[in-house]
Order: sequence, then structure tokens, then C-alpha cells
Amino acid sequence: MSTDAATIGLTHGGSEDTGLGHRAPESKSIVVPYGFWLFVLSDMILFSALFATYATLVNATDGGPTTNELFDRNLVAIETMALLLSSFTCGLAMIAAKRKNMTWTQGWLLVTGLLGAVFLFIELYEFAKMIGEGAPPQRSAFLSAFFTLVGCHGAHVFVGLLWIGTMMAQIWAKGFKEHIMRRLLCLSVFWHALDIIWVAIFTIVYLIGTLP
Amino acid sequence: MSQDEDNLIDVAPGVPHSNIVSETVAYVIGLALALILTGVSFWVASTSTLWGPGVAVGLIVLAIAQMGVHLVFFLHITSGPDNTNNVLALAFGVLIVFLVMVGTIWIMAHMDANMAPDPALMNLQMQH
Repeated sequence: MSTDAATIGLTHGGSEDTGLGHRAPESKSIVVPYGFWLFVLSDMILFSALFATYATLVNATDGGPTTNELFDRNLVAIETMALLLSSFTCGLAMIAAKRKNMTWTQGWLLVTGLLGAVFLFIELYEFAKMIGEGAPPQRSAFLSAFFTLVGCHGAHVFVGLLWIGTMMAQIWAKGFKEHIMRRLLCLSVFWHALDIIWVAIFTIVYLIGTLP
Repeated sequence: MSQDEDNLIDVAPGVPHSNIVSETVAYVIGLALALILTGVSFWVASTSTLWGPGVAVGLIVLAIAQMGVHLVFFLHITSGPDNTNNVLALAFGVLIVFLVMVGTIWIMAHMDANMAPDPALMNLQMQH
């Protein structure tokens, strides 16, 4: 089969063109992350509903504790740092993975996961402290909305941690194969998106909630 | 891979550029901008030198700016010649997020103002 025939579309010739006179679907390396990007956007729409609920119910404290009494800005600052740095190291892991550098990829992924774990531990500490202070989710509509919104983000981070561990194992076992790289790319999109949602949470819930 | 070759390839969200230095620099710039915006947000929220009622709006503007930084420098949503699909999907997502949030807050605030009983009346009922 000559390459000329392939070029004018008479044959597949190893290319992805179907030869039917129009372009075949994009390669998987484009389609998969694009589909995942659509999922991430729909996830953000889910969060927008939770934000809207929170904004509606933030003053419905039923005589219970209010935002100013509950939130500790110093803890939130540490959480923000941890998540922002983990987003950065996730990017560095992607740079190393693209060059098929096992040591640096695993190292940066590990740092990413550890920073994510720091974030999650501080969040759980904050939740436990609030529940201990008589501010559990069932105390008021405001607290229900708070735990749903921030807890949903925390659950996403937890899933992200499991995913990071899975990818580290897969890279270790299977190497930098094409489908592994696609999964890694989706993971990085997911992780960066979580940080974007956290920006909205620390601004709307914690900073605006603790204005004097 | 040369820069010209790279420009011909479709780029999906999150796909980095081709040069290790420029890629790393992009992430470092993104991190620096995000750190500055975060720092300014926390400063704006705790200072008393600014006009109080404007602080909340300022914080939201800073947050949107930081989201933009994350999208450009971390998710690389604008790089590559074939980013139209990614950006259009993002634009649609932003539209829906805007409708859900602004619509809900707008309607529920009016419901609250129009339907909640007068606080003075509530107090009277409580006293009986």
C-alpha cells in the first residue's frame, strides 16, 4: 500500500483517517481529556448549586453559632497553602511524566498526595472541633449547608488522593504508556479543578463569612 | 519537538507545552500569581483601612481573578490552536454556574424579604 494512497484518503494506511472523505474522530489523547473536562465542568455546576444553597441559608442559624464564631482564618490559610502547593507540584509531576522520568514523577505525585492529605486532615480537625463545640450539621440550616458544601469538596479531595495513589502504582507497574498518560492527565485536570473550587470556598465561606 | 510542530498539534486541557523550562516557568508564574492573589484576599478580609461594604465585592473579584490564573497557568485552557472546544465548554459551564447562583440568590433573597414574618411580630408571638 503506497503512502500516496493513504495521503489522498483511499486507505487507512496506518493513519486515523477513515478514508470516507471526512475526518475521523479526534485521537483518544484529545477526546478523553475533553470528555473529562466536560465532567469537571458539570461537577462545578453541582458545586454552584451547593454554593447557592449555602448563600441562601448562611443566616439561618436558628440561634446557634454563626460564621464569625466558628471559622478560624489561620487554619484556612494553611489549608489554602497546602492545596495551592499541591496543585503546583501536580503540574511538576506532569512535566516529569511527559519526559518519562520515573523518580521525579513519583516524587512530585507523592508530594502532591501528602499536601492533599495535610489539607484533608486540617479539614477533618476543623469539622471535629465544630461538632465538639455544639455545631454539628443538624444544629441549623446554615450548618447543614456548610457541611454539605465543604464536605463535598473534602470528599472530592479524598477521591483525588485515592486516584493519586492508584496512578503512582500504575505508573510504577506499567510505565508511561499512552493510556496511563491519559489517566494521569485527567487526574491533573481533576486536581487543579479542586483547587479552583477551593478558591471559591475560602473566599465565600471563610473570608466573607468572617468579615468584621 | 520544535515550536512550529507543537503549534500544529491539538491540545487538550491540562496538556503542557513542549519545553521543560517554559513549562516549569509557566507553573511558577501561576503559583506566584495565585499566592499574591490569595495573600491580597486574606489581607483585604482582615484590614480595616478599606471601605467595609466594598470588601465582599473586592474579595469575589480577587477570587475570580485567581480562578482565571488557575485556568490559564495550571489547566492551560488557552494554549494550543484547537482550544476552542475547551473554552466554549468552559463558557457554557460558567453561564450555567452564573444562572444557578445568581438566580437562586436573587429569587431566594426576595422570597425571604417578602414572605418572612416581621421580626417585631415574631417577638410578640414569642412573648405569649
